[in-house]
Amino acid sequence: MAQIIGGITTSHVPAIGRAIAKNLQDDPYWKPFFDGFKPVHRWLETARPDVVVVFYNDHGLNFFLDKMPTFAVGAAPSYVNADEGWGIPQVPAFTGEQALSWHLIEALVGEEFDLTTCQEMTVDHAFTLPMALLWPDQRWPVKVVPVCINTVQFPLPSAKRCYALGDAVGRAVRAFAGEQRVLFMGTGGLSHQLDGTRAGFINKEFDLAFMESLIHDPTWATQFSIHELVEKTGTQGVELLMWLATRAALGAGPVTEVHRNYHIPISNTASGLMVMAPQV
Amino acid sequence: MTLPDIPGTTLFDGQQAIKGYALNKMCYSFNSADSRAAFLRDEDAYCAAYGLNEAQREAVRARNVLALIAAGGNVYYLAKFAGILGLDVQDLGAQQTGMTKDEFKARLQAYNR
Repeated sequence: MAQIIGGITTSHVPAIGRAIAKNLQDDPYWKPFFDGFKPVHRWLETARPDVVVVFYNDHGLNFFLDKMPTFAVGAAPSYVNADEGWGIPQVPAFTGEQALSWHLIEALVGEEFDLTTCQEMTVDHAFTLPMALLWPDQRWPVKVVPVCINTVQFPLPSAKRCYALGDAVGRAVRAFAGEQRVLFMGTGGLSHQLDGTRAGFINKEFDLAFMESLIHDPTWATQFSIHELVEKTGTQGVELLMWLATRAALGAGPVTEVHRNYHIPISNTASGLMVMAPQV
Repeated sequence: MTLPDIPGTTLFDGQQAIKGYALNKMCYSFNSADSRAAFLRDEDAYCAAYGLNEAQREAVRARNVLALIAAGGNVYYLAKFAGILGLDVQDLGAQQTGMTKDEFKARLQAYNR
């Protein structure tokens, strides 16, 4: 059976792509952010994932408002990045793990999650930049399954529903007949807001409480409505839904906190990073 | 179901999605370099081709983010428009809050306490 080796949650703002393109990893502004990934690189060397299931939100690359799925699962042989309009260099294509994609689709629809399935799918910065942070040489040693959650157009799926989705994905992976070592990744957040006169809003206290909850009280954030989460974390801070799904996928049992970093600001965002591993 | 407003925040709901469809569709087209070039060549013709209404057209002309949001713009698509103008999200934040970019960045930095 496939083995779950852990979950990584990280922010994904486009400015990271510009910083990578300009080699600003040691620049004083960026160093506290990029240095946070050094322990992750060391952990990945021993964790050796074969597949990454990525929970992320598309920002208008693959999906437009003409068709906006709440939950979409990639089932493509490969996934490419493309021009998002602002000139971040594109990364090499990712190879899909189609057998696992369809296994997840079967399991999730079997549990009454009404999915959109995608045999062609571009992946935007929310997918590509975290991958490039994990593997800076961009020679991906893993296959991927993208799971896209709508945070563009309200109504958004509730925190509780995203937790349930992650939980179902985790159970399906554990039941997958293969020898793969599977990593979950959730990208987005933490608190930030790009739009309106409240632009620049950050809530450090909530972010830290949320990160802590993933270790000791994983369903804590499911008590909040989407409206409450936007109020507490900003219109884009609500991307923490990806973190919740990732934590849920690790299962109800305790997890070990392998690593944590939190830094304000990168661009308009409070950046967060966690590595969690299920306790064996 | 009416929820209390979150100050300074417009949730991009169905009402906004209807209102802003043409504007957002135009901004979505800016994923393509050819479209960005076409916009820059003839802004009026490009906006007309996407059927922008007068409020949207005026907000585009003024490069006014709050007016673009009021006209139904979604920030994820507007960011692509901002990209054409060479503006990043901190420029957008500064404009919406009436700060200089340095003031806006300093405010973000101040959260790190």
